[in-house]
Amino acid sequence: MSRTPDEHGPLLDLGHERPQVTARARNMSPIVPRASIAGRALVAVVAIMTFLASITTGTVLLVSASAAEWQSEVASEITIQVRPVAGRDLDRDAAAVADAMRAQAGILEIRPFTKEESAKLLEPWLGSGLSLDELPVPRVIVARVAPGTALDLAGLRAKVIQLAPSASVDDHRAWIERMRSMTGATVLAGVGILALVIIATIISVSFATRGAMAANRPIVEVLHFVGAGDRYIANRFLRHFLRLGLQGGVIGGGVAMLFFGFSESIASWFSGTPVGDQFAALLGTFSLRPSGYLALAAQAVLIAAITALASRRTLFATLDDID
Amino acid sequence: MVRFENVGLRYGLGPEILRDLNFLIPAHSFQFLTGPSGAGKTSLLRLLFLSLRPTRGLVNLFGQDVSQLGKDQIADLRKRIGIVLQDFRLLDHMTTYENVALPFRVMGREETSYRKEVIDLLKWVGLGERMDALPPILSGGEKQRAAIARAVISRPHLLLADEPTGNVDPTLGRRLLRLFIELNKTGTAVIIATHDMTLMDQYDARRLVLHQGRLHIYE
Repeated sequence: MSRTPDEHGPLLDLGHERPQVTARARNMSPIVPRASIAGRALVAVVAIMTFLASITTGTVLLVSASAAEWQSEVASEITIQVRPVAGRDLDRDAAAVADAMRAQAGILEIRPFTKEESAKLLEPWLGSGLSLDELPVPRVIVARVAPGTALDLAGLRAKVIQLAPSASVDDHRAWIERMRSMTGATVLAGVGILALVIIATIISVSFATRGAMAANRPIVEVLHFVGAGDRYIANRFLRHFLRLGLQGGVIGGGVAMLFFGFSESIASWFSGTPVGDQFAALLGTFSLRPSGYLALAAQAVLIAAITALASRRTLFATLDDID
Repeated sequence: MVRFENVGLRYGLGPEILRDLNFLIPAHSFQFLTGPSGAGKTSLLRLLFLSLRPTRGLVNLFGQDVSQLGKDQIADLRKRIGIVLQDFRLLDHMTTYENVALPFRVMGREETSYRKEVIDLLKWVGLGERMDALPPILSGGEKQRAAIARAVISRPHLLLADEPTGNVDPTLGRRLLRLFIELNKTGTAVIIATHDMTLMDQYDARRLVLHQGRLHIYE
């Protein structure tokens, strides 16, 4: 026997009783009813998870961008301190170092701090009205380096020390290193939170899928009876879960994008307050670049895809149990 | 078409409920499967439908040793088998029409390509007026007819029916038997599990009798 279902005529010939049917296709009910899947709870879970993930990613992007900005600013400066020592004229040493720095290739600008300016810098700690003549206050010279210039720091140090033995040259490397490790820690914490969010999403989705499969077990059994394979059955469920995942992703990601979109104006409400100033110092303008919004959108799609994949994995495992 | 060799079946660690089954179901054949309640008729049908695996022995279906088949191959084989179960197994959220058309839908066919066939069959089994009704509002007999229509609509190579006339009056029972006979004439091998002697007396066919887990065949 090698028939196919299309090879033969009608099973029963009703003759003139044959019903007249229109050529237009009927609207068929979905094989898996949408209402049988606890959709709202899952959409809420995915939306919350996507929102948390988006906030984490957005904050990490903000911190990274601000840190990169600080680093580039700080890395383009060199600070030279000339300390007062007995037997040497501090002003003359400072002027000699400033002149030598001016002549140095790759230095764009020299800004020697005067005695008054140095006093101003110390004012927050020592108060005003202080006579610096009575204190051994070092003189500070800030040199701005042309971007992309690789200075021979050892040579520069030797040259400066020859002119002023008590001088020290600081290229802020230690501070930049600290910044780098702080940024790294922030990114790492962000990645950790993202991983937790994704794991929680997978677990929630797996439970929801199992629940949906249990509720629809009679449908799965009937589909097996009529010869549907696991792939066919899984695809009927998967569509629902992909839709639910996308809904959750769009809601969570959208709210997070609105949050970042309005955060600039929210931050302005707090400007002038200690908290607002700290945030402004840490995160700059609090505004996400267009690439950041793209990253958030991609993340929402990723979470929807994870929802579908986790659901698919659970579906096949459950189908194995049911058969 | 179907070959059983020394097949035995037990559930868990319980006693063997089917023992040393040896039989052939030839293509185009018609047979009744009978025996007292609890004799294992439904279990044997489930073995034939591949929803149970034998504890021992060889089951060969459409020329294939079923112990060697993967899930996808089993699904493909099931497309060639129609089954009517005692509890009907209709999908409550689908209309009678949609339930009967389900095998075609699973095959991926367009609705317009099978609609006439489904409607013809529904009229034949007396459900022409109930096409758009949902199973919860159908009577037991109507559900049974819908389940039978679903099993035969794709004209399977093998039809398994478990007490298919249990919930219908004698007149409709005869009509349904005629449907099975018509189907058999178009090439489907039919196995009807029943203990309805009146039904069996209406058609002269081979009888497979299960008794105490063993099968006796009366040609």
